[in-house]
Amino acid sequence: MELNIQPILPEIFICAMACVILVLDLYLKPERRTIAYVLTVMTLLVAAGLYWQDFATGSAVYLNGMFIKDRFSDVVKIAICLLSLLVFVYSREYIKARDLFLSEYFVLGLFAVLGMMVMVSAGHFLALYLGLELLSLSLYAMVAFQRDSSVATEAAMKYFVLGALGSAMLLYGMSIIYGLTGSLDISVVRGIVAAQAAPDNVILVLGLVFILVSLAFKIGAVPFHMWVPDVYHGAPTSSTLFVSTAPKLAGFAIIIRLLVGGLEDLHFMWRDMLIVLAVLSMLLGNLIAIAQTNLKRMLAYSAISHMGFMLLGILAGTPNGYSAGLFYGLVYTFMGLGGFGIVVLLSRAGYEADELDDLRGLNQSHPWYAFLILIFMFSMAGVPPTLGFFAKLSVIQAVIDVELTWLAVIAVLFTVIGAFYYLRVIKLVYFDPPAVAAREISATADLRVLLSANAVALVLLLPMVGPIQEMCTQAIASVVGAF
Amino acid sequence: METIYLLTPLACLVGAIVAGLFGKRIGRTGAHRVTISGVAIAFLLSVIVFVDVMNGNLFNGPVYTWAVSEGTVYQIGFLIDELTAVMMVVVTFVSFMVHIYTIGYMEEDPGYQRFFSYIALFTFSMLMLVMSNNFLQLFFGWEAVGLVSYLLIGFWFKKDTAIAANLKAFLVNRVGDLGFLLGIGGVLYLFGTLDYADVFAAAPDFAGETMPGTETLWMTLICLLLFVGAMGKSAQVPLHVWLPDSMEGPTPISALIHAATMVTAGIFMVARMSPLFELSDTALNFVLVIGAITAFFMALVGLVQNDIKRVIAYSTLSQLGYMTVALGASAYAAGIFHLGTHAFFKALLFLAAGSVIIALHHEQDMRHMGGLRRVMPITWITMIIGTLALIGTPGFSGFFSKDAIIEAVHYSQQPAAKFAHIALTAGTFVTAFYSWRLIFLTFHGEPRDREKFDHAKESPWVVTLPLILLAIPSVIVGWIFVEPMLFGDFFGSSIVVRPEHDTLARLAEHNDPGHGAAWQMVAHGILALPVLLTALGTVLAWIMYIVRPDLPGKLAGRFSAIYKILLNKYGIDEFNEFFFARGGRNIGNFFWRIGDVKLIDGIMVNGTARVVGWVSSVVRHIQTGYVYHYAFAMIIGLFVLMTWFLSS
Amino acid sequence: MIPLTHYLVLGAILFAISMVGIFLNRKNVVILLMAIELLLLAVNINFVAFSHYLQDPAGEIFVFFILTVAAAESAIGLAILIVLFRNRRSVNVEDLDLLKG
Repeated sequence: MELNIQPILPEIFICAMACVILVLDLYLKPERRTIAYVLTVMTLLVAAGLYWQDFATGSAVYLNGMFIKDRFSDVVKIAICLLSLLVFVYSREYIKARDLFLSEYFVLGLFAVLGMMVMVSAGHFLALYLGLELLSLSLYAMVAFQRDSSVATEAAMKYFVLGALGSAMLLYGMSIIYGLTGSLDISVVRGIVAAQAAPDNVILVLGLVFILVSLAFKIGAVPFHMWVPDVYHGAPTSSTLFVSTAPKLAGFAIIIRLLVGGLEDLHFMWRDMLIVLAVLSMLLGNLIAIAQTNLKRMLAYSAISHMGFMLLGILAGTPNGYSAGLFYGLVYTFMGLGGFGIVVLLSRAGYEADELDDLRGLNQSHPWYAFLILIFMFSMAGVPPTLGFFAKLSVIQAVIDVELTWLAVIAVLFTVIGAFYYLRVIKLVYFDPPAVAAREISATADLRVLLSANAVALVLLLPMVGPIQEMCTQAIASVVGAF
Repeated sequence: METIYLLTPLACLVGAIVAGLFGKRIGRTGAHRVTISGVAIAFLLSVIVFVDVMNGNLFNGPVYTWAVSEGTVYQIGFLIDELTAVMMVVVTFVSFMVHIYTIGYMEEDPGYQRFFSYIALFTFSMLMLVMSNNFLQLFFGWEAVGLVSYLLIGFWFKKDTAIAANLKAFLVNRVGDLGFLLGIGGVLYLFGTLDYADVFAAAPDFAGETMPGTETLWMTLICLLLFVGAMGKSAQVPLHVWLPDSMEGPTPISALIHAATMVTAGIFMVARMSPLFELSDTALNFVLVIGAITAFFMALVGLVQNDIKRVIAYSTLSQLGYMTVALGASAYAAGIFHLGTHAFFKALLFLAAGSVIIALHHEQDMRHMGGLRRVMPITWITMIIGTLALIGTPGFSGFFSKDAIIEAVHYSQQPAAKFAHIALTAGTFVTAFYSWRLIFLTFHGEPRDREKFDHAKESPWVVTLPLILLAIPSVIVGWIFVEPMLFGDFFGSSIVVRPEHDTLARLAEHNDPGHGAAWQMVAHGILALPVLLTALGTVLAWIMYIVRPDLPGKLAGRFSAIYKILLNKYGIDEFNEFFFARGGRNIGNFFWRIGDVKLIDGIMVNGTARVVGWVSSVVRHIQTGYVYHYAFAMIIGLFVLMTWFLSS
Repeated sequence: MIPLTHYLVLGAILFAISMVGIFLNRKNVVILLMAIELLLLAVNINFVAFSHYLQDPAGEIFVFFILTVAAAESAIGLAILIVLFRNRRSVNVEDLDLLKG
């Protein structure tokens, strides 16, 4: 059999560059480590360019069914590259100020990106598992990166233990499905499951529940969300940036690959499970966020509720729903990036601006950054002239389309509850007396510019909502159309 | 050309955004430089567009499609025709003048940058309104100019009266906007589209369509609803009450928004909708009556006002009434023509009044003025020019437009035209009287407040320059445009008039061919009733305020009942206060006490917030911090899902 | 010949034991790491049993990968444990409660 490595060239490139940087570090003087940073950024840019240049039109399977290249994978992968790129740019000063500017950080980041790429394209349980583990192991290390921080290591330990439990559940579910179908290839599994799909197929249900639980864990849906606040809060903000953005998209991708690609005929079952998870996520995420005093922790709970919204799109079980979910995922990751980006922006050496009180009266000293916060918060709350609104609108639309109107009502209700704590941030920023008399912001120009662009894009891309949604629709069509 | 169309409003928007967001950083000079250059560019581009349109290059098309919902396309598009071009030039020119003037007027105000940002934003919105090619964009522009208007009426938000005026403007305009929105809804329902071109093309087909179960034409309903919107924005009786109060805003705003441009949006809108209004005689008569009432009775109120800006405000109301009557008489071109000339001389009058106000350190009561012509010659002369134009002195711009309206109404066959004709003709007398009263009280006679007079001096050049620049068109535009606009084919297809309604054509028949229309109008007008009445008003004002200054007081004593009615503006405010406001307030209070405070605030809002907050603070303890509890939660979740699906 | 169900039950029991181990253990983090190893081994038993029963080598190959990943996983786990011990001077699970709420 001929081995065609053409489609996985970008992945090979990322892997090679990660190794190159790892080796290069041995010969780099500490003060010249910027080279590693530049190389990483270049790698991600080039990888994104490679995907862009070889943008898939349909869906094709390579490497004995291990690797799927379709529109969906390319869209998600480009997004992952850009998100990771922004994460590295945002966090550069932050990690420098905390003596974390080490090549290992970038290498781990690149391996995590590689893991995500493999997940996104996985056509086989093995590829999916290996991608997931590559991502998870890198993330554990990234969370623990600040070795002298007590909370960071605690967060890493919790993440590690729960993450391992989650992976084990995924494997257990896979083993059951394997035993039932005799194959690890997702497309083969799909065919056999289609024949056996019945509510009374106990073994199938068992496997489905295990897989679903682990997927819910990966994106942090209630009640498998416990790691999210602790990890987001405890990890250095540079790592939080990374953990909270691109992996969510990768998580969405494996949900699509497994539930839609493999087990779509069990939709009648996983729909109800996802409804429970989505409602709980939106409820608990929004509810507990209100009581938070720490910005990072609040954003973590907000992330949980956002994942609930993303699940709404998936559970609709229609191509429209999936593409609404993808759109939500894309919009959310860029909003979340901005939210944590604000923490990075306001922090400086020896000062972590992650308490809500640190934002008090920011408008008086830095009206522009206050305005950026306003945009991010409005967008997360889903206030109309922002992309966040359209994201919420499209998933709710998708749910209404499948006649789950009560669920849409609940979603809107939770949006209202959620608006409370987002607006509280705006109140702090605009109407409260300043916390510190003179606040200086030491952020570099690239961070300021990119973060501003990030925020402004959430409003200025409004005219592009149509094309972006069209892109999502086509991406999903390439997955659904492949069967 | 499309780029130019797009650039025209955007130049103003950029100025507004820069001045608004970076006002602190770029400073006062930066703020006025950026906005003024934006508006200057917009003005130049408008002139280019105007010339281009004159050469026959029209444009109608979408610039950007925003959304498609159930077959209805919502897009941003421009319709550039003669009507639009006129409005663009008028709006940007007056705005440009006001921008320059503001440098002097707002010099000491702490909200300098904010002010510039607002007026540039206003210019942007107004341009979007007049350039729109569909109802949706029209409505957005409509609301946007309204918004800026509220922001500017309440610009001095520490002044209680300003806040009250702001609120009043907002509430009254809501009534109008409700009608307008219903009208647009009606259009969408009847035609299934919001695009002007499609609606106008289809309008004749729906002309005879009646509402189910009634004799009323659909077109009548739609036009009346749309006109309610115009009544709110263009301050027609009874929705006029907000305009005099809006004088609480800074004077440049009174000139720009509440005299020259925004309040004429209603007039513009009706002219734009002429293909619809032409199909409903009922609507046209309604327009005539409302306009005539506004034109005459609001002028009367102007007689007794003592605040210099309020006199001009009532004059604005009256003149808007004239324009409305023109629309009702199907003399749309005359209405738009008057809109244009009025924009110039009314902006001039306001800015001149503002110049007086600054000179006297924000004194607005004419009873404390007098004799100012000696210290403020430029302001005096320009204001006299504005007044001459306003009262319709033959040869000045206002004469042509106003006379054309009166004559057109004279020729109109509508049942209400007779009444309107009398009201307008009588109105000229009143107009002349209050206008000269203003001039005499302010500039002539002896100073009544020595201390203020001694400190007064002529305003700086940034204030007087716009006065001079506005005085020029106030004199000459009539000569230039009367021929093409009124009797020629200036407006082309942008205004549609049914032949049996075409009063201007009938007016033209009475002109001798071979002589210029302008000369003929002057020659004919000098001996006509309106001009005679104007002269009479002038003389009477001269007698009462220069020759026998004791007369007005005696008259007011003799006719105290009438005087009081006028002083109280027919008690409309009191009526509103009593009937709508108090009644509304009582109902509101009831619901507020019982419904809001107890039920909604007490239990639902505050209660919910408190309960949610409390629940939140309790529920957060689920997150114990112990990793074995986290794992336990996961395993419980797993088992619950498993048992649930295995057992079902 | 031992039937398939025996293996599956063994796997399930091992899996259950290790899950219980994760949430019952309140003392030493090292025991958590052991429980995690056991989780993966339980899955491995499942895979090998199925693989043998289906006469399909794919499951066995999967097991090799799982073993490799498990090794890497424990390496990282132990590394985190060491850092944790340095910071806290304790490997007690109950002491890991700085982050909560």
